[in-house]
Amino acid sequence: MADMKEPLIPAIGEVVDIRMDTPDIKTFRVVTPDGKKAFDHRPGQCAMLSVPGVGEGMFSITSSPTNTEYMEFSIKKCGCVTEWLHSMEVGQQITIRGPYGNPFPVDDEFAGKNMLFIAGGVGLAPLRSVINYCRHYRDRYGRIDIVYGSRSKDDLLDYQEIINEWAVDEDVHVHLTIDREQEGWDGHVGFVPNYVKELGFDTENRIAVLCGPPIMIKFTLAGLCELGFEKTQMYTTLELRMKCGIGKCGRCNVGSKYVCKDGPVFRFDQLDELPDEY
Amino acid sequence: MRKITLDRLDEFFAAVAGKLKLYIPVDTAGGAQFQQWRAGAKMSDALNTTRSAKDFFFPQTENLMEFKTEGKKIEIIDVRRENEDFAIFGVRACDVRSFDVLDRAFLSEPADTYYQNRREHGVIFSLACSKPAETCFCGTFGIDPANPKGDIVCYKTDDAIYMEAKTEKGANLMDSVSDIVAEDEGGDGESAVNAQKEIISERMKKLPLASLSTDKFGGDKTAKFFDDPAWKSLSESCLGCGTCTFVCPTCQCYDIKDFNAGNGIKRFRCWDSCMYSEFTKMSAGQPRLTQLERFRQRFMHKLVYYPANNDGMFSCVGCGRCLSKCPIQMNIVKVMKNLGEGGENNG
Repeated sequence: MADMKEPLIPAIGEVVDIRMDTPDIKTFRVVTPDGKKAFDHRPGQCAMLSVPGVGEGMFSITSSPTNTEYMEFSIKKCGCVTEWLHSMEVGQQITIRGPYGNPFPVDDEFAGKNMLFIAGGVGLAPLRSVINYCRHYRDRYGRIDIVYGSRSKDDLLDYQEIINEWAVDEDVHVHLTIDREQEGWDGHVGFVPNYVKELGFDTENRIAVLCGPPIMIKFTLAGLCELGFEKTQMYTTLELRMKCGIGKCGRCNVGSKYVCKDGPVFRFDQLDELPDEY
Repeated sequence: MRKITLDRLDEFFAAVAGKLKLYIPVDTAGGAQFQQWRAGAKMSDALNTTRSAKDFFFPQTENLMEFKTEGKKIEIIDVRRENEDFAIFGVRACDVRSFDVLDRAFLSEPADTYYQNRREHGVIFSLACSKPAETCFCGTFGIDPANPKGDIVCYKTDDAIYMEAKTEKGANLMDSVSDIVAEDEGGDGESAVNAQKEIISERMKKLPLASLSTDKFGGDKTAKFFDDPAWKSLSESCLGCGTCTFVCPTCQCYDIKDFNAGNGIKRFRCWDSCMYSEFTKMSAGQPRLTQLERFRQRFMHKLVYYPANNDGMFSCVGCGRCLSKCPIQMNIVKVMKNLGEGGENNG
């Protein structure tokens, strides 16, 4: 019995680095106790992290699969488990299981395409994995545009990486925006949906990937449709409450689809076929 | 076919209980309930148990694992043990079907080994329903209470129980007690069983819910029913108590929680209910804001979502428990009758 693989029994993960990214988001680097990556994953997949005695939660893996040494999770403090995670120090062990869900089709539908990534707030976390995957296999993709917005300059996740790595890459175009004017910020000010329309992307051979708060998704989607984008060339990743991660505990469904196993990545024409309950 | 006369039923139970743990339905203050057989226990005549037989494979609570923590270190303790063999006597056709429904959820890849372990060790004696109740509608879902599935199928007449093993597991168990319950060679078995089947079939036709049909439901009907105006009136009085989900043999939603026992941490699983507001509540939001959405989820799952993922199989078995237990007399039969009728009445 004990040698039967049970999907609910996790492995041990050790937090080897903690980066304070924004006032309420920290990025945790996790490896196994012997210093290895816990498991392989694909861009957009998630993992269940837990603090024994506190609880378990599903988080997107923000590091790219091309990183073979460790995994990273960017986590916003907003509940019991995340609050505990934020109080951790380096060396703390947690539990980890996964990977869960369907990844972004980076080697299929995305191959050869111009990529437009649009994120708001902590919504950059799941996209960072795809962005860095595309940057790693740069010749497989066309032009890369990244539109990213947050409340303020301090709330921009992965800011150093964006400025020092993404923005200096050839044919990677970063468009940052913050909600309100701020001292020391001479970049764009305004909400993501409007900024996307102002930038006015053409739809030719392009894939758009959106992640952020529901209100941002709603208006950005409408904006992209105005620009002529088809639902079949736009993707997002959903988040619902989860317990098992394997389509059995019954709570993360939208219609007949379980976000944990049929998602979290959906194309917008696929979402149109599901009831509006997410 | 084997036969045991009712006056020797205790002998049979004792023989089976000598081989493995045996559970039979007995009458209690809270209605019929499966209990471990002990000498002198009398089998209930009730049509069905108050709680379904799913408890045997998917118990209301169970420990999944334990943790020991020391400083920053964690140790995970796998508490799973190989289950002992057990047998359940008197499972009705509806509950037997419910195991198929649960199997598709729990045994699909990756299999839930806690459930799988119990399933592999359980032997099911099913029992044909000679007196189906007015709340019964298993026939709606293609279940025949005259021909239940199971490892060993039993028919009870006024003076005997006839049994036929249908699986290898069932045959092995029956062979091990063949000195008590012998083959009914040249006996009245076949004619007695056929007479029983005849009686059951006739009674089924006369049940008040005999004409209830699933025709308008199925996996491709999300768009048809999701925004049906009838949900409002149907769900209006729902208390969100979750009783329907707890007595339901096919409801399988669960929660996983941690409990710090002082000397160690236990991670356990317990039944949960889509009827509860906490079920889908996140720090980031709540996709099912009112009882209407939760109520709709339960029935859409049974009649549309589950069939969409399981070759058209519905996740209701017509056992009727929710009909008799709901405190506001709301139930799946009313839902099936009112949906798609263009009205808001729930008469």
